[in-house]
Amino acid sequence: MKYLILVWAGLWRKRTRTILTTLSIVVAFLLFGLLQGINQGMNNVYRSLNVDRLYVQSRISMSDGLPIAYLKRIKSVPGVRAVTHWSYFGGFYQNAQNSLPVFAIDAATQFAVYPKIAIPNDQIEAMQHTRTGAVISNEIAAKYGWKIGDKIPLQTSIWTKKDGGDAYPVDVVGIMDVSAYNAGSFPAFYVNYEYLDEARAFGNGSVLYYIASIDDPHRGSETATAIDTLFANSSDETMTQTEQAFAQSQIKQVGDINLIANSIVGAVLFTLLFLTGNTMRQSVRERIPELAVLKTLGFSNSKVLTLIVLEAVILCLVAALTGLGLARMAFGFMGTLFGALSPPMLVIEAGVGIAILLALVSGIPPAWRSTRINIVDALAGR
Amino acid sequence: MTPAIQLNGIVKTYTRGIQKVEVLHGLSLDIEAGEFVAIMGPSGSGKTTLLNLIAGLDTPSSGQVVVAGDRIDQLSSGELPAWRARHIGFVFQFYNLLPVLTAGRNVEVPLLLTQLTSAQRRQRVAAALQLVGLADRAEHKPNELSGGQQQRVSIARALVADPALFVCDEPTGDLDRESAEGILQLLQMLSRDRGKTIVMVTHDPLAANHATRQVHMDKGRLVDNVWRAE
Repeated sequence: MKYLILVWAGLWRKRTRTILTTLSIVVAFLLFGLLQGINQGMNNVYRSLNVDRLYVQSRISMSDGLPIAYLKRIKSVPGVRAVTHWSYFGGFYQNAQNSLPVFAIDAATQFAVYPKIAIPNDQIEAMQHTRTGAVISNEIAAKYGWKIGDKIPLQTSIWTKKDGGDAYPVDVVGIMDVSAYNAGSFPAFYVNYEYLDEARAFGNGSVLYYIASIDDPHRGSETATAIDTLFANSSDETMTQTEQAFAQSQIKQVGDINLIANSIVGAVLFTLLFLTGNTMRQSVRERIPELAVLKTLGFSNSKVLTLIVLEAVILCLVAALTGLGLARMAFGFMGTLFGALSPPMLVIEAGVGIAILLALVSGIPPAWRSTRINIVDALAGR
Repeated sequence: MTPAIQLNGIVKTYTRGIQKVEVLHGLSLDIEAGEFVAIMGPSGSGKTTLLNLIAGLDTPSSGQVVVAGDRIDQLSSGELPAWRARHIGFVFQFYNLLPVLTAGRNVEVPLLLTQLTSAQRRQRVAAALQLVGLADRAEHKPNELSGGQQQRVSIARALVADPALFVCDEPTGDLDRESAEGILQLLQMLSRDRGKTIVMVTHDPLAANHATRQVHMDKGRLVDNVWRAE
């Protein structure tokens, strides 16, 4: 501890350079914290997703859809407990800016496959018995001030009606809580599939995908294969995967988040290595007479080496912790975008480890060079 | 009485490129404890080389160097730093203070190598600064002090660990006459009142007059040895 004053003196010798280097490291680790945090957060979301639900979609492309007739056949596969289906509605309210996460569903099976959706039974029954019925999440209800009994002039950007219109007026018959299914992307506005299918001008008799809940998650792969085998060589072959794999493939349509995050962070840290290494090298080179004085006064080579490495460690660690702290704070805001995302401790721990490694790699070479200083030459200015 | 410093047949050779240059040619010298010795001579006469050998900053090519009872020419490079910290106080021409630290912190640096507590270190620093007349400048940084004051801080740093031997390389070389006089009187006081052995390299005859002995060197040899009459 008593040597900290010398470490501090070394760091603060060129104040501006130290501050700029610190800021660079702070920004780099802020980026590291954010990107790795998102990455880890996504992985956590994947892990939290259920493996006892299978998603059945068209093998060619998800947007191709599957025949509604598959419902009964999928249900007949051994191990399948319940099946429901979703069709993306592309809904909006009043204008396209007010887009809504509307899906056309089968009310009779939806809540059996997703039992954690909190909704009173009488509202489920009302949905089943009301062709124009709609069930909305409490968040949407609060946002738009809608309540049971309200009529909503829902419009669609996809499903033009047979009469040429795009309006599908619905009646709110239920308000549900879908927070148990997190991630902010879970459908939060349901309309009846029959209502959509009867009115739309194209795509009749098809659904976007099926969701099957299964009895034994350990047999998920076998059950998925059994479903796909059932429709093999048909005009609408299927591709069945777990909810987890399905979510990952959805995200991968945007891009490989893992690869992007790791590439950016790798490039930033690589650049940072040169920056910090250069700062430490310059700092030691400028202080050769001062280091020679310390050695003259009795500081051994190992003590001088330790002082310089400590400088690098403190510089990198303080800056990295600041960056990671800022990233942690930023997650508070990002949580609203990514639902249940939170910054895992693993990212903070990895960040601290990288900061120490960075300090050692950038600090040890100049520190080692300082042990080679010839006192007589350095004091003589040679 | 055993001399504080005994140099016996010292030869020092430097290698510059492919050339070997002998800068000290079998030099022998004894210095008693409590003496204030001024080493004088023209540039290149080997004064600073001699001082570096006495201080354990360099090792002779041959010959014996005994300081404070230790054969320092036989100490390893790992042992020499600790030996210097125990026995030698250094005063440089350009003070060589750490610019970011206050005067007090600069004086404390040699004490960081001891087992003293923080409170004991503070006490010693205050006493050293008091002795050099800078008790009220402890919180000033070097750039807030005059050259003379900086050299006083440097002397306080040299004496704070209470070494028996002070080696001073042109301690007044960068100072005006008045400041130089103050520094030389301080060194005289340390020798006279505290029994410290002082070896000072200087070009300045007026500075040398403060010493109890003047050793003159030329071309790597001692050419004169003059004791000042009390």
